[in-house]
Amino acid sequence: MERLGLKREEFKKNWYKFSRNPLSIIGLAVVSMTIFITLFANFISPYPEHAGWFTDFNSAKLPPSIIHPFGTDTMGRDVLSRVMFGFRYSLMMAFTVLVMVVPTGTFLGLVAGYYNNTWLDTVIMRLTDIFVAIPSLVLAMMISSLLKPSLYNAMIAVTLLWWPWYTRLVYGIASSLRNEYFVQAAEMVGASPLHILFREILPNTLAPIFTKMTLDVAWVILIGSSLSFIGLGAQPPTPDLGTMVSDGYRYMPELWWISMFPGLAIVFTILGFNLLGDGIRDMLAAEVY
Amino acid sequence: MKMSHFIARRLFYSIFVLLGLSIVIFTMSRIFPGDPARTALGTLAPQWAVDNLREQLHLNDPIYVQYWIWLTNALHGDLGMSLVTKRPVNTDLATFFPATFELVIFSIIISITISVVVGVTAGRRANSLFDNIVRVVSYLGIAMPSFVWAIIAMFLFGYLWKILPALGRLSMGTVHPPRITGMLTIDSLITGNFAAFFDALKHMILPGSALAVGRLAQDTRLMRSSIVENLRKDYIAAAMSYGIPERTVMFKYLMKPSLIPVVSIMGLEISGAMAGSFIIEFIFNWPGFGRYGANAMLNKDLNAIIGSVMVVGVFFALINIAVDVIIAYLDPRIRMAVRSE
Repeated sequence: MERLGLKREEFKKNWYKFSRNPLSIIGLAVVSMTIFITLFANFISPYPEHAGWFTDFNSAKLPPSIIHPFGTDTMGRDVLSRVMFGFRYSLMMAFTVLVMVVPTGTFLGLVAGYYNNTWLDTVIMRLTDIFVAIPSLVLAMMISSLLKPSLYNAMIAVTLLWWPWYTRLVYGIASSLRNEYFVQAAEMVGASPLHILFREILPNTLAPIFTKMTLDVAWVILIGSSLSFIGLGAQPPTPDLGTMVSDGYRYMPELWWISMFPGLAIVFTILGFNLLGDGIRDMLAAEVY
Repeated sequence: MKMSHFIARRLFYSIFVLLGLSIVIFTMSRIFPGDPARTALGTLAPQWAVDNLREQLHLNDPIYVQYWIWLTNALHGDLGMSLVTKRPVNTDLATFFPATFELVIFSIIISITISVVVGVTAGRRANSLFDNIVRVVSYLGIAMPSFVWAIIAMFLFGYLWKILPALGRLSMGTVHPPRITGMLTIDSLITGNFAAFFDALKHMILPGSALAVGRLAQDTRLMRSSIVENLRKDYIAAAMSYGIPERTVMFKYLMKPSLIPVVSIMGLEISGAMAGSFIIEFIFNWPGFGRYGANAMLNKDLNAIIGSVMVVGVFFALINIAVDVIIAYLDPRIRMAVRSE
């Protein structure tokens, strides 16, 4: 009972710190809204059937109106409905990538940091050096072109290049913590390496990892939409936001709404996650680069 | 340790990283599914032609032999033939690189100038109206993918108001300067062709701003926060209380330490612009290295992909070394640390 009370106190304190900044609240609202749209796109979008290969040339190329608030594209599909489904693909990409990347990267970072100055450290950290020696976007484009371009291969590509950042983050913390007294004490009483890695060191790395994750959602969405924009990610008719922008910009001066609204939707999502991430960083007072 | 030793050590280390990078890229290009020879010739080509090309590209050898052949050729400056343009990849890269280099440098100039001016102004008047406007705009800028800004800018400035050219490097009818460096602004200045110079400059504004947008916003915030941080330092208060003119304090004591974080991310910035060019040049039909690389990737042109990615890697490594040297110059603590090591 007492622990529960403490937890509540802790939560209240954190919430107070978080909600002091109105921008954080805006971020939280935007993120909640995108998640809500993602989950219920089938029910709340005006024309759910427009997400796939749907054509209705009678209502093609209509400018924004009350029936189609974001207009319709060259196939006669409602842009608003497709944008709502687009959130789904962006968030799915970010979620999948982070679920695969965070445990792998963290584990490698813990191992390399704890076995500091051994061959394990050298192998893992030199490998991360190679992956950060080139801009992520170029590497992502290369990997997904070598695989066959599709949404899933874009996820694989981003996963393959993203783990080093978590490894480096955790490595920094773990390699300094391994000399702390509590780790040495655990070693002295004969705790197993697994116990030390996961019960002694890991809890101290969670705040920065969590902060980095919220900020990374935005980055993964950005890279994912860039990939599908250039044609190396999700392929049509998938209503991915990047694909929609690239479909529309060819008709630019006249049919501006086809690409403009999906583009602004990307900005909206990324902005939300950035604001939320900054709020969480200030709340947990964790430094993340 | 002398500066030259420091640079030599960094160079030596970079060579190892680049070798590792080339191994990773080469392995990926060979182990992922799909026959490069079949991709190059298309699905209709007869089997014997594919077999011939496989032999020609050494695809039947073990992978380490293939890598060794590739590496020795690459060190001799031969990156193989592009399967799409049917020309040597290094000729292609040499043709297209200057256009991108010019654009990247232009975008860096945009982002550094604006971010320093705006960041310093906002930082000196922290929490004023101007500061708050800058904060909101920079949040938007960071959240703006370069291609979205490219399309918005193209729509507004290129099509709606028609004040800036949207596509290509020169307008129709402008006399093209002869190719000397491949960078149009420099070539036209050398030949004294000022009409072409201003035309080329105008064509760079939209793609250059698209490459700069995200970094610009981030730099402005960084500059602002380091100004705010350094303004609180005792030595600034001391300098002010000695009665040193504010201008001198600003430029001599405040700017130099505040520039360090901005310079230290400049390496990332230039390579980010380089990566952004893979997308932006596509939109603005800019005949550069980025468009070449992106096209190679879309057509699965293996030699061209490996070549252009390695060029980005080499460029990144060199830039990072240059940045380390500049920081050592700006920050005496690092300079001393390097010397005393």
